[in-house]
Amino acid sequence: MLRLENIHKIFHPGGINEKVALKGINLFVRAGDVVTIIGSNGAGKSTLLNVIAGVYRVDGGKVILDGEDITHWPEHIRAARIGRVFQDPLQGTAASMTIEENLALALRRGRSRRLRPGITQAERQLFKERLALLGLGLENRLSTRVGLLSGGQRQALAVLMATIATPKILLLDEHTAALDPRTAATVMELTERIIARHRLTTLMVTHNLAQALHTGNRTIMMHEGRIILDLCGPERERTTVADLLRMFEQASGDAFTYDRALLSGS
Amino acid sequence: MSLSIWLGSLEQGLLWGAMVLGVYITFRVLDYPDLTVDGTFTLGAAITAHCILLGYSPWVALLVAVLCGGLAGMVTAFLHTGLRVAPLLSGILTMIALYSINLRIMGQANLSLLREQTIFTRVGEIALLEPWGPLLLALTVVVLVVGLLYLFLQTELGMSVRATGDNEQMIRSLGVNTGTMKLVGLAIGNALVALSGSLVAQYQGFADVGMGIGMIIAGLAAVIIGEALVGNQTLFRSLLAAIAGSIVYRAVIGLVLQLGMPATDLKLFTSLIVVIALAFPLVRQRLGFRSLRLRGEGVAETGKYTQDLPSRRD
Ligand SMILES: Nc1ncnc2c1ncn2[C@@H]1O[C@H](COP(=O)(O)OP(=O)(O)OP(=O)(O)O)[C@@H](O)[C@H]1O
Ligand SMILES: [Mg+2]
Repeated sequence: MLRLENIHKIFHPGGINEKVALKGINLFVRAGDVVTIIGSNGAGKSTLLNVIAGVYRVDGGKVILDGEDITHWPEHIRAARIGRVFQDPLQGTAASMTIEENLALALRRGRSRRLRPGITQAERQLFKERLALLGLGLENRLSTRVGLLSGGQRQALAVLMATIATPKILLLDEHTAALDPRTAATVMELTERIIARHRLTTLMVTHNLAQALHTGNRTIMMHEGRIILDLCGPERERTTVADLLRMFEQASGDAFTYDRALLSGS
Repeated sequence: MSLSIWLGSLEQGLLWGAMVLGVYITFRVLDYPDLTVDGTFTLGAAITAHCILLGYSPWVALLVAVLCGGLAGMVTAFLHTGLRVAPLLSGILTMIALYSINLRIMGQANLSLLREQTIFTRVGEIALLEPWGPLLLALTVVVLVVGLLYLFLQTELGMSVRATGDNEQMIRSLGVNTGTMKLVGLAIGNALVALSGSLVAQYQGFADVGMGIGMIIAGLAAVIIGEALVGNQTLFRSLLAAIAGSIVYRAVIGLVLQLGMPATDLKLFTSLIVVIALAFPLVRQRLGFRSLRLRGEGVAETGKYTQDLPSRRD
């Protein structure tokens, strides 16, 4: 489904702020795989997702999605195939527009925008059904401005928006990190439900190691722009959070900077 | 104030209202601080005067003016999205270029339409409507424009333009080319401003190369007044607010002129209105104008989210 070949990304090349964020990433994700991505701050996780989504151009390597080489496609063209949820709830929704307008924009992901009605009556019905599944009562507030919702409500809406037009691949970048623990659990549970329902191929960045191990079927660990660990199958089943911490120390081989408290995730 | 003065400011408020709608579209909907406006307003007037003097129907003149206004907006959009010039500068560049272009179109600094047929002389000749003819015409035009705009902003395209002004990152991730949306938004905004310039030139009976100076600030003042009075809770209200703001603004201007303020001080007066409005943090926050504010303030406003990663729990 998704193949990354020797991806390199350098920020500010040649400048004093030069930063090599990705150093030869090779990754093959099969259709239906749900891959969790962990790694310390600055490891390059967000950069990786941004490279897949086309926010950044690569400085080397290829991005191949479903057999198509999309390396040189601009972001808005790739978007037809990619659903995204960002870490910041404010980033994934348009605050001044209503819930139904946000959903209608999302439903047309990848389609050309013409002088047709922005929302149809049939779509409103669909939105109501989908919103009802969130269990937040948003189905009765279709014409409420999104800016009036709480962070958790906005993020739940963002998850729905990313998936309402079924994407080939779903990219989640710590999408529950800005929420309080209870809301985070709700949004996570909702995300898993939607992924399962549509059998979405997913890449999910998380800082919660326990979550990384029990969500999905594969876990990769990044460090300083490289993938240093790739777990799946029985090996992953046997792995514990403590193992992950140890593997991280071994594989990275340098000073352990990762905040244990942060990583323990329980 | 006499009836004719009230009638006058009502008429003017409606005619300049098209310009305020243009400013509303670029500044508020698209969140783009477009300074092209000053040049486009004169452009609309200049083209209209030129066409009418060439013998074309005033309606044809109006249509040409609107199209050229849209084109001017596209030039600004291209400078920004194509050549990556900063938003403010791209508007200024087009505005300054338009000054020369307007002079070329007019051939002189001032063109009189006093003995020419305009859309207003025609309605003025209908005895039955006396003295409401111009007002009714202005009202018809404005109702039409507001109606079309209201419909447009709810189409797929219109909603994408709004989303571009609200959250560029989001709408790009939903597959919209934000450069194109800015082009559309700036074209429509400037088409409206040129429409206003055309209407005003026909109403006043002349086009002057300096008539657009300070238009942006007048437009902003009207938008601020309108949103304070009418609010912006819904799309329709926001559009109505722009028109109401324009009418109130013209009435205030009419009033202070009556009270003896020299006409030459008007721009100072208008600037002060805007400065005072922007000086109130609450007003500033409520009224938006993100593009006019400092970056940090936007963060302060949105509050909760911090990039304080280490303190994060999950
Ligand atoms: N737009 C950018 N310009 C310059 N440098 C950047 C940019 N984005 C990321 N970087 C740098 O690239 C490196 C990788 O950043 P990235 O955001 O991908 O890390 P991350 O793994 O997502 O970390 P976190 O867990 O903190 O979110 C960091 O050193 C960062 O400073
Ligand atoms: Mg990140």
